[in-house]
Amino acid sequence: MSELLVVPALLAYGEAAFAYAGELRGPGLAGRLATWGVRLGWLAQTALLVGQAASADGFPWGTWAGALNLFVWLVVGAYLIWGCRPRYRLLGLAVMPIAAVLFALAWVGGGTGLEQGDDSGIVLAIHVGLMLAGFASLTLSAGMAALYIWQERRLKRHARRVLRVTVPPLDALDRLAARGVLAGLALLALGIGVGASRFERGDLDAAMIVTFAILGVYGALLVLRHEGWRGRRAALLNLGGFALVAIVLPLTHFAQ
Amino acid sequence: MRLTLVGVSHHRAPIELRERVALDSDAASALAAQLGHEAVVLSTCNRTELYLARPDGGEELAVATLTDLAGDRADELGAVLYRLGDEAAALHLFRVAAGLDSLVPGEGEILGQVRSAFEAGAIGPFLDRLFRQALHAGRRVRVETAIGESPASVPAAGAALAQQVFENLDEKQVLLLGAGKMSELTARNLRSRGAHVAAVANRTLEHAQELADTLGARALGLDDLGDELAAADVVVASTSSREPIVRKSDVAAVLRARRGRPLLLVDLAVPRDLDPAINELDNCFLYDIDDLEAVVAETITGRRTEAARAEQLVAAEGDRFRRWQASLDVVPTIASLRALVEEIRDSELERAGSRLSESERRHVESITSQILAKLLHLPTIRMKEAAAAADGVVYADVVRHLFGLGEEERRA
Repeated sequence: MSELLVVPALLAYGEAAFAYAGELRGPGLAGRLATWGVRLGWLAQTALLVGQAASADGFPWGTWAGALNLFVWLVVGAYLIWGCRPRYRLLGLAVMPIAAVLFALAWVGGGTGLEQGDDSGIVLAIHVGLMLAGFASLTLSAGMAALYIWQERRLKRHARRVLRVTVPPLDALDRLAARGVLAGLALLALGIGVGASRFERGDLDAAMIVTFAILGVYGALLVLRHEGWRGRRAALLNLGGFALVAIVLPLTHFAQ
Repeated sequence: MRLTLVGVSHHRAPIELRERVALDSDAASALAAQLGHEAVVLSTCNRTELYLARPDGGEELAVATLTDLAGDRADELGAVLYRLGDEAAALHLFRVAAGLDSLVPGEGEILGQVRSAFEAGAIGPFLDRLFRQALHAGRRVRVETAIGESPASVPAAGAALAQQVFENLDEKQVLLLGAGKMSELTARNLRSRGAHVAAVANRTLEHAQELADTLGARALGLDDLGDELAAADVVVASTSSREPIVRKSDVAAVLRARRGRPLLLVDLAVPRDLDPAINELDNCFLYDIDDLEAVVAETITGRRTEAARAEQLVAAEGDRFRRWQASLDVVPTIASLRALVEEIRDSELERAGSRLSESERRHVESITSQILAKLLHLPTIRMKEAAAAADGVVYADVVRHLFGLGEEERRA
């Protein structure tokens, strides 16, 4: 049953990922098709999540695959806020291929099925939701940082085609990436605060330590940015923080 | 209703003739009102065009009007005047609004000029539809193609690069080094995109003052630029100095004060005014004249490709307008048909009036109204569709014949 929604969502995300590559040649039909792919895919995934929430007995995204499903939905939803503007379409090239792959993984891992869930309670559900929303915000911020570095390199190297590809302005990317980090940190702090109510001595594990390291790196980024660390250096630090999110955190989490 | 366009443009008319027939916005508005029916006068530095919508077309009136405007050069007009009607005229306006008819294809100013002409015209339903669709076509071309983002000159390329760095040029400060023509053109390009020229620095202060006065900026010498460099967002240099005026160390010294704000430097001078090593500094982007010319060469190639895509969009809009215009041929028939059935309904209700209570009458009115609307919906749609094809008028004639529409008028 859930495949009726998973397959169209996955197809739409995949279509968007390919179509955004076409946007590199210049704005036009490919970009519009990509944006519609994102919209339709997100709607299908929203319907899937609603279906999961309605049919599950408990919190339906407690497993790693379920969490991945919710995480992709949050990332794509946040991207849609900017992605509909023609000048920000290229950000989709950084976001949608990852979203499509992660969503496929969630499907393979059984995170998209109906009638599943655990009875961990509302506190854990809020904790997981906030943490995933925080990581989604950091993911989007990293996408903007990557786009910043790419565009900055083209400008520094005086690429002849620099005006042929529609890319958001550098200072907008820098500002939005910082806002993404700020929102991500706030959500993570809230999530940790909610989770702390269930914390018991001996619960501290490697994943928690990495999460605190992530908070430290991104917190330092915001402080340094305030001191004038903008542009390329801030973008590199942002990507460094994201490496912790994308690589170290899952490794430590699943190694337990 | 027929649409007529008569005009002269830069394609064939020399500037001496174009300036004779050119009108400012007040004169264009007055002329549009004077022409009667629906009329719009579009007058820019590249063209003067009269758009008329009237039952007789009004081509002779438009030609006579332009001939009057040309005065003693009227005899030259015949060879350069163009006359277009209906679909061709609409397509031409859409191309104009999209910037495809401009000297530099894709230039952005023309869309605003078309809007101004529309607002100043004598507008009725026909030209309202035509010009709104033209503005839509112009916007579509700018949003869906990159034609408007491809600068065709070095000064425009400098300004376009600023928009790659800064989200909004409205609050950005421009520092001009040198008071030459290239500096001025680049400054004007930046100003047209919202930037503020804060200062003009030049070896000769009087020259700096002259240019600064026209740009609303301060004038200063070239000796102490530290504070200006700290405050500027864009630096445009084009002095005739043999030595670099700004060195890497000068910019490095103000980086802390800039707190990471990006700085775009455009060096239009040969020999160069700005030390090329400035480009190595964080958040500093330096373009010299060769870099800019390479960008322009590339964008002109792209502009041609984009223009081809823009032509397709404009053709689609032209087709949409043609369908709408064709549907006007069947509108009187549809209106007559609806009037006839309404008349029949009213008279039958009148006859039954005395036998019905007030609530029953309202009920019957509502039901008969819905029946007629449903009954007429499909024929209305089909007639409008058929109107877009060549046999649309035949359909209209058949309907008129079958329902006897207009027979009473003919008998009278």
